[in-house]
Amino acid sequence: MRPLFLLGEAWTGLRRSASMAISIMIVTAVSLLFFGVGLLAQRQVETAKGYWYDKVEVSIFLCIKNSSEPSCGRQAATQEQIDRIGADLELMRPVVKEVTFESQDEAYQRFKEQFTNPAFQDTPKEAIPAAYRVKLADPKDYDTMYTAFSGAPGVSSVKDIRAILEPLFRVMDVLRNVAWALAGLMLVCTVLLTSTTIRQVAFSRRRETGIKRVVGASKAAIQLPFMLETVLAVLVGAGLAVLGLWAMVRYGVTQLAARFQDFRWIDMPDVWAVAPWTVLLGLVVGVVVSWVALVRHVRV
Amino acid sequence: MIDFDGVSKRYGRKQRPALDDVTLTITDGEFAFLVGASGSGKSTMLRLVLCEERPSQGRITVAGREVTSMRRRQVPGLRRDIGMVFQDFRLLPEKSVYDNVAYVMHVLGHPRRVIRRAVTESLELVGLTGMAKRMPHELSGGEQQRVAIARAVVKNPTLLLADEPTGNLDPTTSLEIVSLLDDIHGRGTTVLMATHDDEIVNQLRKRVIELADGAVVRDQARGVYGRGRR
Repeated sequence: MRPLFLLGEAWTGLRRSASMAISIMIVTAVSLLFFGVGLLAQRQVETAKGYWYDKVEVSIFLCIKNSSEPSCGRQAATQEQIDRIGADLELMRPVVKEVTFESQDEAYQRFKEQFTNPAFQDTPKEAIPAAYRVKLADPKDYDTMYTAFSGAPGVSSVKDIRAILEPLFRVMDVLRNVAWALAGLMLVCTVLLTSTTIRQVAFSRRRETGIKRVVGASKAAIQLPFMLETVLAVLVGAGLAVLGLWAMVRYGVTQLAARFQDFRWIDMPDVWAVAPWTVLLGLVVGVVVSWVALVRHVRV
Repeated sequence: MIDFDGVSKRYGRKQRPALDDVTLTITDGEFAFLVGASGSGKSTMLRLVLCEERPSQGRITVAGREVTSMRRRQVPGLRRDIGMVFQDFRLLPEKSVYDNVAYVMHVLGHPRRVIRRAVTESLELVGLTGMAKRMPHELSGGEQQRVAIARAVVKNPTLLLADEPTGNLDPTTSLEIVSLLDDIHGRGTTVLMATHDDEIVNQLRKRVIELADGAVVRDQARGVYGRGRR
């Protein structure tokens, strides 16, 4: 069968069974959209993780004047206490990989750069503590650091920046799992709908199929138009799913990223990275399901 | 062209076989009528020739090919050598006369140039020149059957099978259709036609193979429909 005739057959078939084709497109689009959302949620975790895990640090905040923590005694950390903490950190190598002392001036400067909101403009320098920013050889050793420095003289608090990200990661994990569960459910619908559609279309075109068979058409010549129609419908569905992902990131995530700038958010390149996998899954499902349905319902 | 050697065909667990130990030969270029009551096995025989069914027993050879043990992927090759005409025409209602005939050639992957020539010749052969653009519903029964015959012969088959081709036609049109089949036979095509129509069988005086309950009860050269039984 010549390719042009094959395409013509598929196009005529799609026109004649437009409602069935549209239903395949919609169900495929929804299932692949959920699949894509799952992939994007996973990428969001990796994106945020990748950024922070490289820069992970335990922050040992030092006492400021009027600190309420018992270890501070409402006094700012003395130079002796600061030196002592620094010396202790040096002793903890190689657990401690890198130590940077951030003075109160530097901390205040960074605070002003990061928090440009007018509500923070009147924050006095004295309210921003100096800190030791510590990079660990193994981020899991946070507990060791916490035990060693929490409550030590001159130390106001010991914090793991990863703890801030944990809630985000938990939300993303749930989002990914829910999205993939829904994608799985919708894919089952896609499989059943495609199979039923092919069965119905094969029945409605039994005369054409019968003629093809009697005149000696090959198996491919009989089955290819059906398969091509399914694949075209699935491809349109996959296109709609990618469009949905694009819209979500363009109008949803970008807005979030503008509001919450503590870490990096996924962006358009991430959509283009998951798009081929989304389309590929649609194609594989379309081809496999139509092939199985054709073997079962179209006699050659 | 067609060789049946002790062929039986049994459907499911039915007691009575549809064909019962049939042995016959139809030679190249022959025209034969297959007659008999409904359920006598005429259609089963045609389906076996077309390899739509496999025999339960015996050997079938068609156009030099051993059909009985033929692999599934070799069946289309056999069918390309066979043209088939049905009682109910089986035209595609949304395609024109030209497109109905051309459809076969497109499906078989012929180039457009070859298709145009073959379809024109085929329509000329069946006397439908000038009707190429008509739709099936605009044609009479006889004209529709001519389109179906044009579609069957457009690929130039060596064997033409006709399953009650005049079953839906009036006597005059039936005779026209059969004489058309006779013309095609005159060009060297082997024709095997299953029919109930005694008038046309009696008029053409070709070979008559009569089936009853799946068995050949009469095989007569230049035979008539219901007489001269052994």
